[in-house]
Amino acid sequence: MGEFAKRHQSPWPIIVCFALNFSKVVALLSPIDFLFYLFAGFTLAAGVGVITARNPVYSVFFLIAAFLNAAALFLLAGAEFLAFILIIVYLGAVAVLFLFVVMMLDINLATVRAGFVRYLPIAAVVGGIFAAQLIIMLLIWQQSETPPTLNALGNSPMNQPNNVYALGRVLYTDYFVAFQTAGIILLIAMIGAIVLTLRPRAGIKTQVISQQVSRKSSQSVRLVDLKLGQTHPTTAATAPTEPQEGSA
Amino acid sequence: MLATYLPILVFILLATGLAGGIIVASLLVAPRAPDKEKLSPYECGFEPFDDARRKFDIRFYLVAILFIIFDLEVAFLFPWAVSLNTTGVAGLLSMLMFLGVLTIGFVYEWKKGALEWH
Repeated sequence: MGEFAKRHQSPWPIIVCFALNFSKVVALLSPIDFLFYLFAGFTLAAGVGVITARNPVYSVFFLIAAFLNAAALFLLAGAEFLAFILIIVYLGAVAVLFLFVVMMLDINLATVRAGFVRYLPIAAVVGGIFAAQLIIMLLIWQQSETPPTLNALGNSPMNQPNNVYALGRVLYTDYFVAFQTAGIILLIAMIGAIVLTLRPRAGIKTQVISQQVSRKSSQSVRLVDLKLGQTHPTTAATAPTEPQEGSA
Repeated sequence: MLATYLPILVFILLATGLAGGIIVASLLVAPRAPDKEKLSPYECGFEPFDDARRKFDIRFYLVAILFIIFDLEVAFLFPWAVSLNTTGVAGLLSMLMFLGVLTIGFVYEWKKGALEWH
């Protein structure tokens, strides 16, 4: 103890001062801006959770949280359709697929950790490219239209009466080719998934309902006359041979 | 536009508050007397046999990916349905073509037996 403790007797005044100033800053924000920073903060926190969680299943759950908060950000930007597609497709389907993949990978955490140093250069390059793209985008953003102009896009005449309607008005006619291309890509994805994963299996017993229903009792039930103590060839375990016609 | 989503925000706040409140209350109020047996993992009375994370059948993955594809197909129907009164016949034919292409895939899938669970 000594000099340091005397000079910094208690951290509380600093914390209280910081909290007061922070609340002043928050009070300056409009409710929409406050919500933006709230959801953006949650998105970032969830993103950090994705890459730091030790259990890959937890990573997927953090990813789901990130998707949800990104949907809220889309909503704040006026992109209603994108927000709900993010919830329906990404949260409802892609996250489930990720969970499947994570569980199918049969990950051994020790082996994942062992490759960290080896993959670090590649990861650094890829991460660097992403970071560079983000920085370039941020610079362009500052030089191009001001945020208020972009914010107003959500309520622009293009977006009337609502976002989904505006999209539908142009997507199926003006962007016909892109729309049909999307359909063909989905078709290729469907066929590709089936070709890659569907394997014929040997020795499967399948129920063919039409055969079951059309079966007659005369073809499948036989009256067998047995003498006392005699075993019929088909019911005896030692005689797997087909019974002779009319042996009964 | 955003005012329409205010009830959802209120709902999120309520749900978060309620869930957090219950967790904090159970931490503060509930009596806790942990012992070795209470804290041990259990699985129908047995010790866990091995890791729960094991390889399972690829067909679950196939079902999931087919679900995503049809999910996307349905997603394209929403703006179409909302704006059909302005896009008219062109929009209708466009969507019929889109659905036709995907129906080819659906027939392929059906005939190939990808939807059967053997």
